Amino acid sequence: MKYYSENLILKLNNYASQLRMDALKMIYERGAGHPGGCLSCAEIISTLYFYYLRINPRNPHWEDRDRFILSKGHASAILYAALARRGFFEIGELQTWGHPNSRLQGHPDRLKTPGVEMTSGTLGQGLSIASGMGLAAKLLNAKWHIYVLMGDGECQGGVVWEGAMMASKYHLSNITVIVDYNDVQLDGACHEIMPLEPFVKKWQSFNFAVIEIDGHNIIEILKAFDLSKEIHDKPTVIIAHTTKGKGVSFMENEAKWHGVAPDEEQYRMAITELKGGTNE
Amino acid sequence: MSKLMSSRIAYGEALVDCGIENNQVVVVVADVSSSVKTDFFEKRFPERFFNVGIAEQCLVNVGVGLSLEGFIPFVNTFAGLLLRSFEQIRTCVGYANTNVKLVGSYAGISDYKDGATHYSICDIAAMRAIPNLTVIVPADAVEVRKFVPKIAEFTGPVYFRISRADTPVIFDDSHQVTIGKGQIIHEGDDLTIIAIGVMVERSIRAAQLLKKEGIKVRVINMPTIKPLDQNLINLAVHETGAMVTAEEHSIVGGLGGAVSEYISQVHPVPIEFVGVYDTFVETGLNHEYLLDHFGMSVEDIIKAAKKVFKRKNEYH
Repeated sequence: MKYYSENLILKLNNYASQLRMDALKMIYERGAGHPGGCLSCAEIISTLYFYYLRINPRNPHWEDRDRFILSKGHASAILYAALARRGFFEIGELQTWGHPNSRLQGHPDRLKTPGVEMTSGTLGQGLSIASGMGLAAKLLNAKWHIYVLMGDGECQGGVVWEGAMMASKYHLSNITVIVDYNDVQLDGACHEIMPLEPFVKKWQSFNFAVIEIDGHNIIEILKAFDLSKEIHDKPTVIIAHTTKGKGVSFMENEAKWHGVAPDEEQYRMAITELKGGTNE
Repeated sequence: MSKLMSSRIAYGEALVDCGIENNQVVVVVADVSSSVKTDFFEKRFPERFFNVGIAEQCLVNVGVGLSLEGFIPFVNTFAGLLLRSFEQIRTCVGYANTNVKLVGSYAGISDYKDGATHYSICDIAAMRAIPNLTVIVPADAVEVRKFVPKIAEFTGPVYFRISRADTPVIFDDSHQVTIGKGQIIHEGDDLTIIAIGVMVERSIRAAQLLKKEGIKVRVINMPTIKPLDQNLINLAVHETGAMVTAEEHSIVGGLGGAVSEYISQVHPVPIEFVGVYDTFVETGLNHEYLLDHFGMSVEDIIKAAKKVFKRKNEYH
């Protein structure tokens, strides 16, 4: 098993914390966005962008890069923050998000933003698109890997399972799906709106290798990515159990924080918590 | 009556030729390969052929993924069924401007045995409303064959509409096609019929009959509906002063919509529409019968032409 230093874990946790603050700041300043689903995937994004993905900010279209698709495009704020912190564009540009002529659209746009692999925002698309990319990689005999970050709610849509069948049929082991399983969607709890369970069995029955982890635990995320690379006959799904709104107590597990921006007071309280303080 | 030829077979053969020319060409299909004739490609290039099953949304997105990596995917199903993936086409093909070639076969009412579930009478309206999409409707099997390599060479998403029927051959092998260009195939200056698909040959027949009655009709074959050949329409508007559009599609939002949107902005002239009159068409015993009984007969074209010609003369 691969050894990961405490320094690396600390660094990735710090990045996760930084990205949470960046995303919340963007959402607060813009007065729009999706805080809950950004906060829940911060460790997954930090691990990908600051350790795992083979990417080159100076050459976003580098042929041999790993591909990352944010299927849950509503979490654009944290993706943009990660791209900026990773050096794809200036951090100051994050302030332009959603403004006229900005390269940062409400949802990711591959044609406008350096580092955005594929346009997303309407849910459910990532896996079937990744399947096409996975087939392409096989035809090209390419070694790059495709990571798809999905929300749990979008797994309610049929096209996800069409994509899953495609990836299975062609044994696309170059695809790793991560499901940010925070069990909250716009209208309420996923298990009430449209239950996904038995979720592990669903993916297993679609011939995916299934790895279940705590999606806020960097070591578990790293090990899951390592393991998925060892699987050569089928695609992998990492079911990452997470908390929607993670890190901001009043946002945690609350559907109402799916898609609204905090006001000034709420923003101040959230940042205090994310910096490790309390609002007592 | 001209000789009949199958557009779908012409398509299947052209696709193989394209695959020989260019190893970036790949084919994706949703369980209709032997119907839409992509099985020819599968046989020749099995490694570049992918069947997604009856899953049209996945069909389009797999094409999107392949195109992102530099391949040229021809994505195939029945035109009527492709509408199931309209959102994928809007977002992942149109908005993301991916180089996906969407091929809607069995288009219009050509799948006469299956009926309204399998007809596509609003596909042109839907596709041409999506920014970045180029929409092409070939007039016969020769044009199908000529367009396939042009579409492969062209950069950008394309919707290509193919009939199930064996349709009359209009052109010989010397025929040249250019994306974005129409051409005059029958001269006249009393009025213009702009037609697509199987209605081109019917419009020529209508023009020949009208000539005997002293009405000189210009017929334009307009295979590219988007972007429209505005110069050719402008000339027709100014030189003939009256328009008929003829299409195997609803009169709502198709060729008639495209032409009238344009001329109403630059130089309005009387216009009449020949097509399906905003109704679902029944199952039939053959394609010709359905065309003749649901508003797309040669007689329907003649009536529209006479009506518009009368309106034009009342204007002056």
